[in-house]
Amino acid sequence: MAELRRTKLFDLHLSRGGKMVPFAGWEMPVQYPMGVLGEHLHTRAKAGLFDVSHMGQVILRGPNVAEALESLVPADIVGLGQGRQRYGLFTNGTGGILDDLMIANKGDHLFLVVNAACVDQDIAHLRKLESLGISVEPIAGRALLALQGPEAEGVLSGLIPGVEAMKFMDVAEFDWQGATLWISRSGYTGEDGFEISVPEAQAVALAEALLGDEAVAPIGLGARDSLRLEAGMPLYGHDMDIETSPAAAALGWSIPKARRLGGAREGGFPGADAILAELAAGAAKTRRGLRPEGRAPIREGVEIFAGPEGGEAIGKVCSGGFGPSVGGPIAMAILPAELAEGETVYAELRGKRLPVVLTALPFHKPSYKR
Amino acid sequence: MLKYTEDHEWLKQDGDEIIVGITAYATEQLGDVVFIELPEVGREVEAGEEIVVIESVKAASDIVAPVAGTITAVNEALPDTPGAVNEDALGTWFFRIKPASVDLDGFMDEAAYNEMIG
Repeated sequence: MAELRRTKLFDLHLSRGGKMVPFAGWEMPVQYPMGVLGEHLHTRAKAGLFDVSHMGQVILRGPNVAEALESLVPADIVGLGQGRQRYGLFTNGTGGILDDLMIANKGDHLFLVVNAACVDQDIAHLRKLESLGISVEPIAGRALLALQGPEAEGVLSGLIPGVEAMKFMDVAEFDWQGATLWISRSGYTGEDGFEISVPEAQAVALAEALLGDEAVAPIGLGARDSLRLEAGMPLYGHDMDIETSPAAAALGWSIPKARRLGGAREGGFPGADAILAELAAGAAKTRRGLRPEGRAPIREGVEIFAGPEGGEAIGKVCSGGFGPSVGGPIAMAILPAELAEGETVYAELRGKRLPVVLTALPFHKPSYKR
Repeated sequence: MLKYTEDHEWLKQDGDEIIVGITAYATEQLGDVVFIELPEVGREVEAGEEIVVIESVKAASDIVAPVAGTITAVNEALPDTPGAVNEDALGTWFFRIKPASVDLDGFMDEAAYNEMIG
C-alpha cells in the first residue's frame, strides 16, 4: 500500500489531540478530544475549523474556458459571473457521476475544487480539454481550510477585513501576512462559512490564528460527515457514483434550463442523452431523507422495504447515522419517486424491520448569508 | 474487585450474579454512544454470544456475554441515556448475568488489563 500523505497541518492536528485515520490516501483527523458529537454541536453553535487540504485544487485557463468545461460538466459555467462559484458534476458516457466539484470564475481563469479520492482521475479527465487550448494546472503547495458556523464571519473578518461583505458562493482574493488567500463563502456543513485556499508556507500560521479565537475549535472528518448529512448534502462514492444518475442523486438542480432539452446550450456533455431524457421524464428513483422512528441509527447498506414483512427491497441506505443537532438517527436512500413525504417504509436492521418516515431534505435548515 | 475481559468489559461479582459494563478504554474507542439495545431479562445466553448492540456516532458494535448464564436484570435507564456510558464507564452497568457457578479467576485483573491495552 502506498504511503499515506500528510497535509501541512499534520503536526497541528497531533498537537491538538487529533485521532488520525487513513482517508482517500491521506492521514487525516477523524476527531479531536472534544469528540464527534461535541465538534458537530460546536460548529453549529460557534465555529469549526476543518483541514480539507486533501481535496484537489485545479486551475483551468485558456480561450473560452467556460464553454470548454461545459463539455464535461452539465452546469451553467458560461453564465457564471466573475467572483462567483457554483456546484457541478463530472458525468460519464452512460449518464453516471464521475465526481462532484465546485467551480469558481476568477476572471482570467476557473478555479476548481474536487474530491480527494477522485483527483487523479479528474485531472486526467480534464486534460481532454487541452486539445481545445485549455491548460490544466493541478495546484500543489496550497492548503485548504474551511471555517464554518455562525461565528465564522466574525472570526475571519477580524483577521481579514472585507470578507464580511462576501455573500454565499462569492469568491475573492485577500492578502494576509504577505500571502494571497483564495476565499469562497461556502462549505459542506449547512452553516454560513468560508473555504480558504492558503499557500502552504502560511497555512499553519493561519490555522493557529483562527484557532486562537475562543469561538473556534478544530473539527475532524467524523463531524464533517454528520454535519453534511444533516444538511442533506451528498458524498461522492456513497450517495452518488458512476452508476447513479444526476436525477437519482437528486442533483438535477445543478443542471440548469440552458443545458437541458430545448435549452440554449442543450447537452454537449458526457451522457447527455440519458441524463436529459431522465430529467425530462422524471426520475423513477431519487435520493430521499429518512427518519427512523426509534433511536437506532440505520447506516450505509441497510435495505429498505415497503412493508413490515416480505417483499423485495426497494432501496438501500446510501448515508446514515446519528444527527446530533436533529437529536436522533437520520439517513438518505435512493427510493421510488412516487413515495410521498411522511410515508412510512421499513429498514431491515439485525433481522428486524424498523419503521422509518420519508422526510424532506435537508434535516437541518441551512443558514447561508445570501 | 473488578475483573476484565479481552472484549473490554468489566465484571463485578455480586453473590451468585455478575454485573457487566464496559471499560473507559472501550468508550474512548467507540466515541459518543447514541444507541444501546439490551437483551431481554430471562434470556439464556452462551459465553461469547453478542447480546448488546451499542452504536456510537461513528459505528455499530456489540457487547458479548462474558460467561454462559441467564440474564437476570438490565439497566433499563440506559437506552434513554446512552451517553451516560461515555461520562462514567465504570459507574454504568449494562446487565446482570447468573452463571451456573461464579468463577472469575480466569479473567484479567486491572494490572493485566492495563497491560493489554498498553
